[in-house]
Amino acid sequence: MSKKLKDASTIKEEILKQYPPKVARKRSNAIVVNDPAIDQEILSNVRTIPGIITQRGCSYAGCKGVVLGPTRDIINITHGPIGCGFYSWLTRRNQTKPETEDSENYMPYCFSTDMQDDNIVFGGEKKLKAAIREAYDLFHPKGIAIFSTCPVGLIGDDVHAVARDMKEELGDCNVFGFSCEGYKGVSQSAGHHIANNQIFKHVVGRDNTVKEGKFKINLLGEYNIGGDGFVIDELFAKCGITVISTFSGNSTLGAFERSHTADLNLVMCHRSINYMAEMMETKYGIPWMKINFIGAKETAKSLRKIAQYFEDKELIETVEKVIAEEIQAVEETIKEIRPRTENKLAMIFVGGSRAHHYQGLFSELGMKTVSAGYEFGHRDDYEGRKVIPDIKVDADSRNIEELDVEKDPELYKERKSAADLKKLSDKGFEIADYIGMMPDMEKDTLVIDDISQYETEKLIEYYKPDVFCAGIKEKYAVQKMGIPLKQLHSYDYGGPYAGFKGAVNFYKDIDMMVNTSIWGLIKAPWEKEKQPEISANFVSGAV
Amino acid sequence: MLLRHTPKEEVKREALTINPAKTCQPIGAMYASLGIHGCLPHSHGSQGCCAYHRSTLTRHYKEPIMAATSSFTEGSSVFGGQANLLQAINTIFTVYNPDIIAVHTTCLSETIGDDVNQIAQKAYDDGKVPEGKYVIHTNTPSYIGSHVTGFSNMTASMAKQLSEHTGRDIDQLNIIPGWVEPADMVEIKRLSAEMGVKIVMFPDTSGVLDAPQTGKHEMYPDGGTTIPELKSTGDSIYTIALGKFASEQAAQAIDSKCKVKYDMLDLPIGISATDRFIEALAKRGGVYVPESITKERGQLIDIVTDMHQYLYNKRVAIFGDPDQLIALTEFLIDLNMRPVYVVSGTPGKYFESRIMEIAGNKVPEIKVKNGSCADAFLLHQWIKNEPVDLLIGNTYGKYIARDEDIPFVRMGFPIVDRIGHSYFPTVGYKGGMRILEKILGVLMDKQDKDAKEEKFELVM
Repeated sequence: MSKKLKDASTIKEEILKQYPPKVARKRSNAIVVNDPAIDQEILSNVRTIPGIITQRGCSYAGCKGVVLGPTRDIINITHGPIGCGFYSWLTRRNQTKPETEDSENYMPYCFSTDMQDDNIVFGGEKKLKAAIREAYDLFHPKGIAIFSTCPVGLIGDDVHAVARDMKEELGDCNVFGFSCEGYKGVSQSAGHHIANNQIFKHVVGRDNTVKEGKFKINLLGEYNIGGDGFVIDELFAKCGITVISTFSGNSTLGAFERSHTADLNLVMCHRSINYMAEMMETKYGIPWMKINFIGAKETAKSLRKIAQYFEDKELIETVEKVIAEEIQAVEETIKEIRPRTENKLAMIFVGGSRAHHYQGLFSELGMKTVSAGYEFGHRDDYEGRKVIPDIKVDADSRNIEELDVEKDPELYKERKSAADLKKLSDKGFEIADYIGMMPDMEKDTLVIDDISQYETEKLIEYYKPDVFCAGIKEKYAVQKMGIPLKQLHSYDYGGPYAGFKGAVNFYKDIDMMVNTSIWGLIKAPWEKEKQPEISANFVSGAV
Repeated sequence: MLLRHTPKEEVKREALTINPAKTCQPIGAMYASLGIHGCLPHSHGSQGCCAYHRSTLTRHYKEPIMAATSSFTEGSSVFGGQANLLQAINTIFTVYNPDIIAVHTTCLSETIGDDVNQIAQKAYDDGKVPEGKYVIHTNTPSYIGSHVTGFSNMTASMAKQLSEHTGRDIDQLNIIPGWVEPADMVEIKRLSAEMGVKIVMFPDTSGVLDAPQTGKHEMYPDGGTTIPELKSTGDSIYTIALGKFASEQAAQAIDSKCKVKYDMLDLPIGISATDRFIEALAKRGGVYVPESITKERGQLIDIVTDMHQYLYNKRVAIFGDPDQLIALTEFLIDLNMRPVYVVSGTPGKYFESRIMEIAGNKVPEIKVKNGSCADAFLLHQWIKNEPVDLLIGNTYGKYIARDEDIPFVRMGFPIVDRIGHSYFPTVGYKGGMRILEKILGVLMDKQDKDAKEEKFELVM
C-alpha cells in the first residue's frame, strides 16, 4: 500500500517559514509543486545564498573534475595552491582502461604548481611554465592541460598565453588552458561550459582519420563512473555501433581529435555537454540526439532511437535481438525484487541529469520519486530546451564565454537533411532537444533546485522516504536520520548502473539498501516505546 | 601498474608537485572548528572550497560534516566579500542556529584582501550576531603552509579570541592535542582522568565526528569543547601542547594573552613520546603516575619483546603530516625498525632538524624531505631505488604499495578506504599497541602470502 503523503504545497510553505523574508522569496521560486500538464517556471542556475549549506561546488570542479578528469593521456596541471588539485585527485571514480600495460594513463597522478605567496605577489606564470617543462621532460605526454584556480584569475596570470608559448616550445605536445576559476558562474555548471569550449577549440577536429564502421557515433556526457561507459560500449559493440569518442569517460586525446568524423552525437548528460553537441553540429554538421542509458526501458528506447536514426534494417534487427537477450536478466531480477520495493518512496537531488535519469530505474522497481531536483541544472534541464530563448542571461552567466562557431568550409558535411531530422523530431526523438525533467514527473511532486541541508532535513521529516539519493556531503546526515542514502555521484563505490547490466546492479543495490535489517536495530531494546512492564512500574513509581 | 609513469631516476623538480603529501590550509581550519561544541565552520570563499573540504572530511570520517560558505561570485571577487559574509552570518544564525560560527578564509578572499576581522566586527556592530553567540575567524591563505597550518591557525584563533584571564586560577591543565583523530582525543582525556588530572582540551572533535547512529541528525552533536571551557583556558595553571606544527601557536597565544605557560611536546605516539606526555601530565598536574598507566605501558613493551624478530631492522617509508611523522619516527626507532624515508609536504625547517635529532645517529641512511616538491612521487622514486619493507601513510599510499608489493599501514589524513581511525586511537600506550598490531598484521600477512608451501608457518 502506498503511503499517504502530505500536500506538497503545504510542505513548501512550511519549509519557507524558517527563512529570512528575502531568502524565502528567492527560495520560493526555486521550489515548484509540479504539474506536468502546464508550463511551470523554476528558478535555477542562480547564485546560492551565502550561508546556505549547499550541495554545490565550483567551476574548477566542473571543468577539471567532471569533464577533463576522465581523459587518461592528458597531464592535467592545476595552477594554484595545492588544495584544488589534491581534492580532485582520483575522487570521482572515473574508470579507465588503457589499451596496453604501457599505454599512457596519468589519472592516478595529481599535478599542481602548488602556488606559494611569492607567486601570488609576483605572478605565477614563470612557475607554471617551469612546471609544464618538468612534466614534459618527465613524461613526454601528447597533451598538457592547465586549470586555473581562484587566485590565478585575480592576479592576472594569462594561462592561455603560457599554453601558446609552451605548445610552440615543446613542439609535439598540445598545451591548452582553462580559465575555470572557482568563482566563475554559480556552480560546477560554468566549468562544464568552459571545458566544452576549450576542448572544442584546441582538440576536436585535429585528426581527420576516419575509423572503420557503418554507424559512427560519439557518446557525449558519459563519464564512466563506476564503469558505466564500459557497459554502454559493450552494448554498442554488440549492436555493431562504432564509438568514435566518448566525452569523456575512458577517453583519450586522440579520440577527441577524431570526434568530428562521427555521424551522430548522443547526449547523455545534457547539462554538462550540450554545448559540445551544438558546436559540433554547427561546425561539422553532426546532428545530436538526447538519449539515456540509465534504466532498462530507457536503454532499450535509446538503442531503438539510434537504430531508427540510421534507418538500417539490419541494425534495427540487431538492436531488437540485443534488447531481447539483455532484458531477460532484467525481468528476472525485477520479478524477484519488486515485491520488496513496490510503493516505496525515493528522492533524488544530484547533478544536472541524474536526478531525471534515475527516476526511470526507481519506477522499474515500483518506487515513486516524490521529490527531485538538480544541484547545478538550468531551466532547460527542468522545463525542456523550449525555454532556452526565454532564459534571462544574468551577470554570472554572461561572464562565461560563448564561442562564435561557424560552418567549417572543408569539414562540414550534412549527415541528414533538415526535413529528415524534422521527421524524427516529430516522432519524439529529441533531436537537438531535451524535454527536461518536470514533464516526466508526476503531478504534485516537489521539484527543488539547489536544495539546502535545511530543506533536505525538512523533506525527510515530511515524507519519510525509503531512500534518498544525493552525494557524499549529504550521505551521513541523511543516514543519521535513519534513511539510507544512495550516492549517485560515486554510486557508493559500486555500479555500474548504466545499460541493462547496470540496471540489474541498481535493483539489487536498492533492494539491499531499503531492506537491510540494520535500520530496524537503531533503537536499543530499552529505548523502544513499549518498555517491559517492570520498567514502566518503576518509572511511574519514580514520578 | 597504476603509477606506471614514475621513473626510477630522480630528476630535481622545482615547480611541479606530483602526488602531494599535503593539502591546503582551510580544510585544517574546518576540522579544528568542528572541535568546538555548537560550532558551524564557515568558509569565506568560493563554494568549491567548502564542498571539497566537506567531501574530503566526510570520506575520512563517514560522518556529517556541516559547514557553510560565502558562495563568492565573480562580482564578489571584484568588489570584495563583505556583503557575502555579512549575509552568510545572518542566514546561518537564522536557519542553522549554531552557538558560534568559526570563519576561515581561502586563497580567494586572501588574494583580494578581505579583512575578516573587520567584517566580523561589523556583523557584531550591525546586530547580526544574536546575544550570547559568537563569530570567531582566522586567516588561512592556501598558498602558505599546508592543511596543518590551517589547523594551527584556527586553534590559535580560538585561544586568541575566546580565552579569558579573569585572575581566578582554575586547577586544570590546557591540552592542545594537535591534529589527531576523535579517538585520540578520547584517549588523551581517558589518560588524563586515569592520572587524576583535570584538563580542558581544545579542539576536541570526539563526540562530533564519531557520533552514534540514533535515528536523528544532530547539527551540533554532544561533543566539542564548549565556549565556557574555551574561555576558561586563560585561567588554567599550565598548557601542554602536543605537536609543534599544529599546537604551538595556540599555546603561545594563551601564554601571551593570559600568561599561562606551556610545555611543547611531540605527539604522544609510541613509547618514548607517550612517556614524556605522561611525565608532563604528572609534573604539571602534581600527581604520581598510577599503577594502571604503568601496566598499560608494560603491555605495549611486552608485545614488542614478544614480536621483536618481525620488526628488527625492517626498512620503513613514511609520509604525511610533520607532527605524526616526528613521533612515528621515534616509535619506529624504539621498535628497532629503520625509518629510512620520511616525506611531508608541510614546510618548516624544524621538521628535518627534529627528525635528524631523533634518527640521525641510529638510522644514518635516513632521507628526509619536506616542503616544496616533497611529495609521494618523490617518495615512490626513492622506494624504487632502494626498496622498503613497509609503507605508512594516508590512503593515497595504496597505489605505491600495490605497484611495489609493499605491506602498507594507513595512518594520517585522509584515510578514505578503511574505517577504524575514528574509534581506535594511535596515541598513548594503547595507541602504540594498535599501531603495532597493524604493522605486525601487514608484515605477517605478506610473509604468509609469499611463503613457499614448505615454509608456511602455523605459529608466528
